[in-house]
This record gives sequence, C-alpha cells and structure tokens, in this order.
Amino acid sequence: MPRTIIEKIWDAHVVAEPPGAPALIYIDLHLVHEVTSPQAFSGLRERGLKVRRPDRTFGTCDHSTPTTPRNLPIVDDIARAQVEQFEKNCSEFGIPHFGFLNDKQGIVHVIGPENGLTQPGMTVVCGDSHTATHGAFGALAFGIGTSQVEHVLATQCLLQAKSKSYAVHVNGALKPGVGAKDIILALIARIGVGGGTGCVFEYTGSTIRALSMEERMTVCNMSIEGGARAGLIAPDDATFQFLHGKPYAPKGAAWDEAVARWKQLPTDPGAHYDLEVSIDASALEPMITFGTNPGMGIPITAPVPSPDSATDAIERESLRKALDYMALEPGKPLLGRPVDVVFIGSCTNSRMSDLRAAASILKGRKVSPKTRVLVVPGSQQIKREAEAEGLDRIFRESGAEWREAGCSMCIAMNGDQLAPGQYSVSTSNRNFEGRQGKGGRTFLASPLTAAASAINGAVTDVRTLLG
Amino acid sequence: MEKFTPFESWIAVLPVDNIDTDQIIPARFLKTISKAGLGGQLFFDWRYLPSGEPNPDFVLNRAPGKSAQILLAGDNFGCGSSREHAPWALTQFGFKAVVSTSFADIFKGNALKNGLVPVVIPRDAHAAALKALAADPLATASLDLAAQTITLPGAGAVTFPIDPFSKTCLLEGVDELGFLLKHEAEIAAYEKDRAMPFSTKA
Ligand code: SF4
Repeated sequence: MPRTIIEKIWDAHVVAEPPGAPALIYIDLHLVHEVTSPQAFSGLRERGLKVRRPDRTFGTCDHSTPTTPRNLPIVDDIARAQVEQFEKNCSEFGIPHFGFLNDKQGIVHVIGPENGLTQPGMTVVCGDSHTATHGAFGALAFGIGTSQVEHVLATQCLLQAKSKSYAVHVNGALKPGVGAKDIILALIARIGVGGGTGCVFEYTGSTIRALSMEERMTVCNMSIEGGARAGLIAPDDATFQFLHGKPYAPKGAAWDEAVARWKQLPTDPGAHYDLEVSIDASALEPMITFGTNPGMGIPITAPVPSPDSATDAIERESLRKALDYMALEPGKPLLGRPVDVVFIGSCTNSRMSDLRAAASILKGRKVSPKTRVLVVPGSQQIKREAEAEGLDRIFRESGAEWREAGCSMCIAMNGDQLAPGQYSVSTSNRNFEGRQGKGGRTFLASPLTAAASAINGAVTDVRTLLG
Repeated sequence: MEKFTPFESWIAVLPVDNIDTDQIIPARFLKTISKAGLGGQLFFDWRYLPSGEPNPDFVLNRAPGKSAQILLAGDNFGCGSSREHAPWALTQFGFKAVVSTSFADIFKGNALKNGLVPVVIPRDAHAAALKALAADPLATASLDLAAQTITLPGAGAVTFPIDPFSKTCLLEGVDELGFLLKHEAEIAAYEKDRAMPFSTKA
C-alpha cells in the first residue's frame, strides 16, 4: 500500500496498541520551555518520577524573558521566578538547555532547527502549539498540553489517536512582494481557523519545493492557525543541505545512513489523503488580517468584509464583534490606516531571511516618527549573524529598535506590548483580542509588509516600495 | 482524578465562534508555576472592565452563568495555544462541561485530562438550545457521560461522541500517566530495537 509521509512516520513510532486505548507513540525529541513545563516537573516530583530520556529532551526559555540588554536583570518578579524555576528544573532532571544568559538562547521553534535538533522522520513535541514549525524538516511535530509534557518527560511516549491527512498543494510562481507568510495566511483565510481540525497538513507542490528551509518553517509554523496540530513538508536536498554540519545533526557515516533513511520518507505515488486543497500561488497578493483570528485575512488591497456577508447568525455576530474590537468599518480598505507599532519577530518570522527581507525595505529609509518599530531576532545566534551582516545598523539607522532574542510582542508576556487601542502590523501568528497586550489590535502580515508599513506609519502595500 | 458522575446544571451561554485560549485565560497569567488560582482569571478581559470592576453584562458575572457548570459556546472552541491553563481555569471556576459544535484538538485533549467534558452536538441542536435559552435563561441541562447524552432545553436528549478511552478514564478516575507507566516493558523494547539514534547531549 502506498503511504503518505505522515503514515510512514506514524508507523515507525508505534510502541504499543493497547486494546480500548489510543496508540503509544514514541517521541524522538521533546522541547521544553518555561511557561508550560513547571507544573509537569511538579507532577514528576509528586510521584517520585525521573525524566526517562533527558538525552531526548531539550530546553530553552523564551516566552517570559525580556528583550532588553542581557546585562539587565529580569525586572518582573513573577517572570524571573518562572525562568529561575525552569533552569532549576532542567538542572535537577539533567536536561540540556539554553538558560536565559546562554549565548544560544532563543525561541524554542527557532533554536531546534538552528542547532540540528530537529531532523526528518522524527516525532517532535513541545508544550506549545507552534511546534508544527519543525514539520518543515519532514518531522511529525505537534503541540501538547502540560499533562502530556509530564507524560513525555516520564515515559517518552504519548497516547495518540491517528490524525487525518490533509494535502495542501501549492503550485505556481509567487509574484514580487509575495512570500511564505502570504501563502499560509491565504490558506487559513480559505479554509478557516477550524478547517484543519483533526488533521495533519502535508504541504506539497512546486511553490513549496522552491521555498528555502526558513520559508518552509514560516508555512508549517501557522498550521495550527488552520486548526491542524501538525503540518509538514517532505525532506529534499534543501533540507539535507540546511542540516549538514549543524551541531546535533548526525556526522560522518551516521550522516550518510541518515540521509539514506530520510530519502525514504516522501509520500509514495498514489497514496491517499483524507482531504486536499489546491492553491494557485501565482494569483496570490500580499495578505493581511483585519480581524481577531488568523482566518480573517484579505489581500492587502481588498476592503474589510461586511458581517452581512456571513451566512449564519453566530458567524455574523463573531465578525461584528471582531470589527467592533478592531474599530474598523466594513467596506473600507486597510491600506493607509495608521499603525502605532510594527513588530518584526516571533517563531513565524524572526530568522535571517525575514530580517533580510525587512532590511531590504528599511535600508536607506526612515521609519515614520509616529510608529514604534521593534525588530526581535529569533535567537541569539541569529542576532549575531545579523550583526555580522550589518542588518542591525540598517534597522537602527532607520529608527527601529534592535532587541535581544525571544517571543516578545508575539505573546506580550515579557513587557513588550501594545497599549489599549493601539494598532500594530505584526509578523507574528496570532491576532486574537489582547494577544499583543490588553486592548491591542493586530494586523498580521509578512516581514515585507511590516517593514513597508513602518516606513509610512500606515498599512502599506510593499509593492509600492519595490524598485 | 475524581470520578465523573451525572449532573444537572444551569448553562452559561457564550455564543461566539472560535473562542481562543487567549480569551479563556490571557497570556499574562501564564507566568505562574502553579496550577492553582486560575479560576479568577477565566475570561479575564471579557469579565472585567478596564477599571477592574466586573463587567455586569458578561455572562459569568450574572445569574445563572455565575454558578453554571455547563458552558454553551460557539464553533471551534479553544483554538489557539496549547496552554492547559485554559481547562484549569474553566474547571476551577466550576465548569464540568463545554458544549459546542466543535473543539480545537489540543484544547479537547487537555480538557479530557482535567475532568472537563467537551460535548460536541449537531448544529441544529445547538441552534435550538440557544433559542430556548434566550427565552428562558434559567432552563437547565443534564449530562450523563456513561450514556453519552446531554439533555438540553429546546433540543431534548442529544447523544454526543467521546473516545472510549477518555470516557473510561473520566468515569473511573483513571489517570493516563499511570496507564502509560504500565507499558514500561514495551517502551524499553522499542528503545532497544527501533528508536532512531539521537541525543540532545551530543
Ligand atoms: S514566538 Fe509566539 S508563537 Fe512562537 S513560541 Fe513564542 S509565543 Fe509562541
């Protein structure tokens, strides 16, 4: 029987299939961070359990850590206590980790790939819904809750029911100014935030193949925003090239063996998917969200939709509530709307290619004096690399802030946040009410759109600034 | 975990689609290292006015929502983040079930591990219950997990799906980690023969 890559990875990780229960699935890599793990470690202590495989577990702190210079302490007492507890938990249970002051610290979904921890064919979990990011490497990667974090710490296994497979075919050449972020925002706008519930996405097609590994991570990252717990892309030469020589990637003979194994992963011709959707990449425009979930997205030149266009009553009410919160009028375009803050960062768009894209627009220009612009690299390693390339200078000279690595204004737990009523154009992944600070209003978009909007201090079509 | 028994309750009605976990409990409350004290933070930004006063219009600040054990919400409840703080906050407030037409995957899994039953009902039953509750907000519902039925105002007895394992765990108070730990021998055998070579300590 021809199998999809999803089935191949699943089959290789079934430990047991107890009658009347979901399967026990083995987890190759478990990533932990400070926010969703403390109660799991407490649970282990209460039961007198150890971490079964510290050598398959890796930690970093990212969510509640400040992005101010590292010689400053964490001023928020509760956040500091959480970070300290995290470092203590990792040390006590023997888990390798990047502490707050480690020079490789960064967002969990950035440091995994960057260090070669994430590899094709793996099962990867983390107490974080954007774990699907790691699917860019052909891994089955999904977010779990804290109870499950405890399960994996204790047993390296999870009880899991099999998901449905959902093929997302993306074909055609992208137009200038349109990129990975626009592909995923367009997909979610099309299928809705619950469209992939119960499914794992496999992204396929010529457009996906042509994306760099960093861009593939942007696409897979937001799978959860379409309701899918995981989304992946079959590995190819780009994957192998990215991984080669990374600190945790296999070396020497083990590398050759691994590549041979990884080459078996792609979906067999004729394999069956439960669901499929096709996207014509050549028709895409830069995308932006107008509402309070990532499915409320439109091409940047389009008007804000009217609640009256909704077919059922709750949907209409939800749309009205969203526009109310965002203080937007239906029928009017977002273009030209003033923005108070531009945030370039998060596990969706904080890697080198994102920073380069933003810098290409900001270079030699000034950001609007009315707009605060934060650029937050995904990891300390990216920060150094960007500085070596002189990107930090471009950002600073344009008037943007160049900050230390972390989640920052993606989740607003660390002091970086919008004030009530403020608008932001943000490269992160969620525009939920209050996500970037209580009362804050978020337009999600690509790094190019964010940088262009920073220049004008208003929502801007980047194509008007391309040479 | 306590055994889940049949109960009857008032219903808190929150007819909004795609209620995400940032609304259920805002991220700024996730800096805690404990599970306790989250009930007061449930739906915080909807429940309290900017002044800090309870919003008198919000369903959980009024009778009967205030003391309801069942929450009736819109489609795709619990989308967004994986935070288990969401079901912790809901159960600490007093909820034992959330009724919707669908749930986000991670939320559903987290809820089931914390004695909170995600009850999926068909659209027409959902609409009928909303209508009946608009007319009589004090109408009650009763939930029988063993029978997999919820009796809702306007909709009558509706059966709902739940996977057999979660059902057993809830009814008998079985804890999943205990169940997993009993498979030690199989896990060890898998690690010996089939686990891919890898170490985070390399
Ligand atoms: S950057 Fe945002 S989405 Fe990514 S892990 Fe951090 S908080 Fe979560």
